[in-house]
Amino acid sequence: MQADRSTMWPGLPAWGALALCAALWLSPAQAADAPGEQAPAGGEIAPTAAADPELEKEVMELSHVLRCLVCQNQSIAESNAPLALDLRNQVREQLQAGRSKDDVIDYLVERYGDFVLYEPPFKTSTALLWGGPALLLFGGAGWLAWRLRRRAVELRETVALSATERAQARSLLAGDPAQPPSSPEESRK
Amino acid sequence: MKAKFLVPLVLFLAFAGFLAFGLTLNPREVPSPLIDKPVPAFSLARLDAPETRFGAEDMRGQVWLLNVWASWCVACRQEHPVLVSLARQDVVPIVGLNYKELRGDGGIDMRGVSLEDETARSIQRARRWLADHGDPYALSVLDIDGRVGIDFGVYGVPETFLIDRDGRIRYKHIGPITPENLQQVLLPKIEELKRAG
Repeated sequence: MQADRSTMWPGLPAWGALALCAALWLSPAQAADAPGEQAPAGGEIAPTAAADPELEKEVMELSHVLRCLVCQNQSIAESNAPLALDLRNQVREQLQAGRSKDDVIDYLVERYGDFVLYEPPFKTSTALLWGGPALLLFGGAGWLAWRLRRRAVELRETVALSATERAQARSLLAGDPAQPPSSPEESRK
Repeated sequence: MKAKFLVPLVLFLAFAGFLAFGLTLNPREVPSPLIDKPVPAFSLARLDAPETRFGAEDMRGQVWLLNVWASWCVACRQEHPVLVSLARQDVVPIVGLNYKELRGDGGIDMRGVSLEDETARSIQRARRWLADHGDPYALSVLDIDGRVGIDFGVYGVPETFLIDRDGRIRYKHIGPITPENLQQVLLPKIEELKRAG
């Protein structure tokens, strides 16, 4: 009955789930990886670089996971906004003073909120963001599996011929015109 | 059961609804984590008397506004008349945080400029700007390097903080204050805080 209707759709939820997964999971990473239009940090606009290359490496690592609040799709490592420069200097200074990476991240989150983090922390308010893709994927897969199994049952029920239908078919095949074609079983076409 | 074919449509409409709501939000307005937190401690030189310093604790017991401004800030010009008229009403003291007056300008070559030079030029520029445009501030302080700005989570000038008698930040306005913002949001909040004290 509705079986043929729904067979038109089964691909959809899975597709939707995939598309959403792609959108939700990939976009932050892509944004972070996108090559900035501007010159990379460390150019003439950011003359202050620690002499210690190890430290500078850490500064850069940290700067890449922190979002610039002015040009919001760039990290403070990529952005040349004055604020990004100030924040990079803050990061450098604090690491130099011996504070840990977590300390520096806490320092910035205290002032600018979770928004400075490219990777949002897992909280109740972000549960749907983190869990949503998995929910959609498994929900969609589960629905699809259920649908396919039900469809198999429905097909067996509707396509299989009853005993009288079978007899009727047999007589038709045998060329017995006496039996008039009976009422159409399920107009499925 | 018959309406099953409507399911994708309903899903689409729900999704479109979320997106439409998203369009009404301003991504430039990042909510401040400092709301309801104590004002960050600072001690900065006053613009009118650079040898004396001013800190948030000097405003204890008062409801006050901290307005972040700079002479190079174009949007500050837009909000300035609103601040001037607010100051005339004498409902709330406004403290100006002059943010990176010289180095924030962007058009000035800062190479070889000493901190003393920078301070002196900042004071000169800021005073001239206030003389030209009117001074709504009870006083202004100089945040030469923007360090205090970072403590306040400033990421764009102008920004305005409403601080209560106990020295807690109660509201942050990002961007220029329009007369509507003032009438509909800021003034009622100020009145509420003044009554609460």
